[in-house]
Amino acid sequence: MRYSGFKVIREALRGHKGWGPAWRDPEPKSHYDIIIIGGGGHGLATAHYLAKIYGQRNVAVIEKGWIGGGNVGRNTTIIRSNYLLDGNEPFYEFSLKLWEGLEQDLNYNAMVSQRGIMNLIHSDAQRDAFTRRGNAMILNGADAELLDEAQIRAEYPFLNFNDARFPIKGGLAQRRGGTVRHDAVAWGYARGADQNGVDIIQNCEVTGFRIEDGKCLGVETSKGFIGANKVGCAVAGNSGRMMSKAGMRLPIESHVLQAFVSEGLKPVLPGVITFGAGHFYVSQSDKGGLVFGGDLDGYNTYAQRGNLPVVEDVCEGGMGLMPMIGRARLLRMWGGIMDMSMDGSPIIDRTHVDGLYFNGGWCYGGFKATPASGYCFAHLLANDAPHPVATAYRFDRFDKGRMIDEKGMGNQPNLH
Amino acid sequence: MIRIPCPFCGTRDHSEFSYGGDGSIQYPALDAPVQDWHDAVFQRENICGVQTETWQHVNGCRMWLLVDRDTMTHEIHDVRPAHPGMAKVLGVTS
Repeated sequence: MRYSGFKVIREALRGHKGWGPAWRDPEPKSHYDIIIIGGGGHGLATAHYLAKIYGQRNVAVIEKGWIGGGNVGRNTTIIRSNYLLDGNEPFYEFSLKLWEGLEQDLNYNAMVSQRGIMNLIHSDAQRDAFTRRGNAMILNGADAELLDEAQIRAEYPFLNFNDARFPIKGGLAQRRGGTVRHDAVAWGYARGADQNGVDIIQNCEVTGFRIEDGKCLGVETSKGFIGANKVGCAVAGNSGRMMSKAGMRLPIESHVLQAFVSEGLKPVLPGVITFGAGHFYVSQSDKGGLVFGGDLDGYNTYAQRGNLPVVEDVCEGGMGLMPMIGRARLLRMWGGIMDMSMDGSPIIDRTHVDGLYFNGGWCYGGFKATPASGYCFAHLLANDAPHPVATAYRFDRFDKGRMIDEKGMGNQPNLH
Repeated sequence: MIRIPCPFCGTRDHSEFSYGGDGSIQYPALDAPVQDWHDAVFQRENICGVQTETWQHVNGCRMWLLVDRDTMTHEIHDVRPAHPGMAKVLGVTS
């Protein structure tokens, strides 16, 4: 069923009785050409592009819970491509271009809103660093704009410009950045994949791999063994747990990141603001809630809940940046588990097991990467070769000394 | 809040401590093969369950501690000084 304005009017006149389920609920077949483990944003996007771009028709997505119940429904919905390093920027710009055409591609309203993102500058050194970053973005075909204090004042007059510790001196803007309704991304990709014949199997947990003579023959699940020529793992947050079933250790730790939303307010924030010096970023959802977040809690955890010291730290950041936020009440807060890699960058690669592929290590940048991650993982699964914009995301980069350390932090995953 | 029973100072909030990381990592000899160093520096067990990890009581006694903590429930099973010799000198038994 294609969605259209005509269809909405027709259904309105008929009491909305003609809307069917957006995707099927099939029983698993005994064998697939390709199985994707993980029905989150990245897994569903992979399935969609495998079917639509790479012509694979015998594909399944296996999800232990319900689709979109993990990090794709827990993030702060920001899209951007404001990276510095060569290994990253072409990939994220590819992703942003896919976001721009996403709704037409999927025939689904994902509420892609290019309302712009602003990284604030507080010192001369930070201005130099952001100028360099902006130039790197422009060289890779993205957009970047360096703003002075007066321009920031015109757009965001309510910010705390005269803060003694972090006075606002300017900003780096990416106007094409913005926000997307994250649940609709999961649903849109699921519907797109399903329409091209992908089986989406929910409430089916992968409990192990069947590996013989160094080749992966399929997965053991709570619904029995399912055979496959190729298996792709896209379970960020639980990558360590899943790949340990294939005897692998990863350059990844699992950490919790918290997010927050205030009660609904009248429109006040036109775009996304990041306050890196105070570990705080904020945007306003279309329902009116201020959506904000900050740093990791800092210790290894698989619990999808955070702790109070970070709540205090994030709210202090908010008060430091825009004191009026103190008048709003916090409505909800929640946590998601991040695959924190050793250099802060992701991995899309083959493994040492024939027919087993890995996609993970997204740190807290996974949502904006969803379309490109799916596209590049589909490319890898279909062609056994990395997509041109994802050639740097290899397991062996740590061994070879080719880390993509965007923040220059070294192998300290809770700092990336 | 995670409450860590510091053997030197008593039970304190985890915000007084700085997280070190997986305490089971053993660095190889300086002349060990590069692969061994790669594994020690970059590869992680990333345990879901009880993990031995290091915490430093930076806003207290500044001692490094080994903490057995469940990464799923945050329950702490055991805390002991990372440097047993130091504990002995200071008269603390783990």
